[in-house]
Amino acid sequence: MTGPTLAQRPPKVLVTKVGLDGHDRGSRLIATFLRDAGMEVVYTAPWQEIATVVKLALEEDVDVIGISSLATDHLLVPQVLSALRDAGLGHVRLVVGGIVPDDEAEELLRAGVARVFHPGSAREDIVAAVRKLAADARAET
Amino acid sequence: MSEPALQLPLPGFERAQAEWRRDYGARMGAAANPRNRSGIEVKPLYSAADWSAERYMADLGFPGQPPMTRGIYPSMHRGRTWSQRQLIGFGTPEDYAARLAEILAAGASAISLIPCNSVYRGYDVDEVDPLLLGTCGATINTVEDMDTALSAVDLGRISTAMNDPLPFTLLALLLAVAKRRGVPWTKITGTSNQSDYISHFVANHMFFRLALPGSRRVLVDHIAFCQARVPGWNPLSVVGQHMQQAGATPAQAMGLTLSTAIQYAEDCIARGLDPEVFLEGFTFFFDISISFFEEIAKFRAGRRLWARLVRDRFGVRNPKAWRFKFHAQTSGVDLTRQQPLNNIARVAVQAMAGIFGGLQSLHSDAYDEVLSVPTEAAARVAIATQNILREEAHLTDVIDPLGGSFYVERLTEQMAAEIEAVIARIDTAGGMYAAVESGLVQTLLGEGAMAFQERLERGEETIVGVTAHQRDEEDFQVKPLERPERARMAAQIAKFQAFKAARNQAEVRRALDALARAAGKQSENLFEKVVDAAVAEVTHGEICACLRRELGFGQPLVVA
Repeated sequence: MTGPTLAQRPPKVLVTKVGLDGHDRGSRLIATFLRDAGMEVVYTAPWQEIATVVKLALEEDVDVIGISSLATDHLLVPQVLSALRDAGLGHVRLVVGGIVPDDEAEELLRAGVARVFHPGSAREDIVAAVRKLAADARAET
Repeated sequence: MSEPALQLPLPGFERAQAEWRRDYGARMGAAANPRNRSGIEVKPLYSAADWSAERYMADLGFPGQPPMTRGIYPSMHRGRTWSQRQLIGFGTPEDYAARLAEILAAGASAISLIPCNSVYRGYDVDEVDPLLLGTCGATINTVEDMDTALSAVDLGRISTAMNDPLPFTLLALLLAVAKRRGVPWTKITGTSNQSDYISHFVANHMFFRLALPGSRRVLVDHIAFCQARVPGWNPLSVVGQHMQQAGATPAQAMGLTLSTAIQYAEDCIARGLDPEVFLEGFTFFFDISISFFEEIAKFRAGRRLWARLVRDRFGVRNPKAWRFKFHAQTSGVDLTRQQPLNNIARVAVQAMAGIFGGLQSLHSDAYDEVLSVPTEAAARVAIATQNILREEAHLTDVIDPLGGSFYVERLTEQMAAEIEAVIARIDTAGGMYAAVESGLVQTLLGEGAMAFQERLERGEETIVGVTAHQRDEEDFQVKPLERPERARMAAQIAKFQAFKAARNQAEVRRALDALARAAGKQSENLFEKVVDAAVAEVTHGEICACLRRELGFGQPLVVA
């Protein structure tokens, strides 16, 4: 029996929330979008510790991590990035979605976040961007 | 001067109606009618065939009289308009006190307190990443913090609404401050917002909560304590807002909220509390979407159903307990990041729907809420919007001004039927508590959010600037957000630690032991022990940690 090759395997995405807030309408909706687009989605409840996010990314071998933030928890994302790099997961792409002021979105991009999605982003754009980022992540492994 | 009462059948009605249908059909063809967010088909015209004044006494009555459709008070907004309750909270207790002093100097008679997310989640300032402290609310952990935060407030005169999830430590700290200042608890007035743990379990995982059985107990203990010791306090605000924000349709949100209130009422009755008394203290909190007529009908239907439920289901004879008192907030979900000044128009329409729906208290969102925590300039526009609607547009001159509209009355009836269907579904599932335990409510909300997204994608809903009328240029510059000064927050943490070190540690241990013991004994009132602990200078985080250990933490149920 031969399974699908690595390249054929659908993109795998971790959809999660870190920090203190737990508004999960956004993360649940995004998880559904990606799953309906044929991706493999690992979804967590809110309030994850950064170490847990890294552990999940490693164990589940994800290509992309999506972090949803409504109430300033995006401020922790640079710490997630460095924890990923420390764990040898520098290739995993990280995207942020939610309420992020412009100046802080730029800071996140400079820190290495691949994309920041704001409210009103279209489903197709999100799906296409995540698919592309997953391919980029695979190409680097 | 008196108008003749409308009598059906109306001479010529049928013929005129047939003629109109023909003319309308000739222009419009057989185009399907749209449906509102709750799924109700909306016709192009409503007439005396849909609702007639014969039903006036059964459906409407007069304001302050059952079934309360027209409002819960005889004078409604003519007598007293609504409270303008804008939420404030930012930074350290000193920062909050400074902001509050400005608001009080401007003549406010009621205040609100929004704590930091760390407080919501049950932690003290030294238990979370300092980057997150004070970004969304004030960091209040101790009786000293509360005393500082309310330094400009005369506790016996000013009503305080606090976002205070269980175990209601902010109220406990407030009572401890009152004790320090010699203000009797019987003079304290205000509301515990965010006391509705069910709404937190299903829709808004922002708040500390205990595992379901513990949550259920602490809420009833809190209600019983307030009834006996702080009678001017409204211990419960049942929150429909979270469910609608999380995806429920307006009808679903109202139905689930009433089911939640039914559950809490039953839990209080099981404890031996008297519904004639405690139901007077129940208040509600709702979202106002931009679906204008639907929201008006939602509020009118909810008010009518609640009055009937209290009277018929609980057999309560006290008319004050039939009153459906509600605060409402314009919906942030409808606001857009694109062309953000458009949000001012949206908020005005939402606020109008709430006013016509007969609210008692209103929070209008700032137009930049979708971009960040609101800036002060945007918050001022939000307040001005309320003043314009009241003072320039004269929306409060007439009570329930849309009452008697064929459309609004028919829609109120249809919304009531949808709401009753939701309540019946929850009753069948064993009540709201059981429906939350099983995940039924969580599933409904997730489906609702997806269904709305699909309506948008099919073009059945339009969002100006996002799905239509987009413009390329983004000339609107958002000012970078003010974040709490790191040095001030570091000083606050040091102050907090000094406070802890200087306490009478034996008293602290005694109070925490008593709290832990009470957790294991159903016969004790746990909230009373929380208040004792606050008086003994136990911190918010210590109280939450103790109860988390004793009663378990309420993890969110992940529903696919």
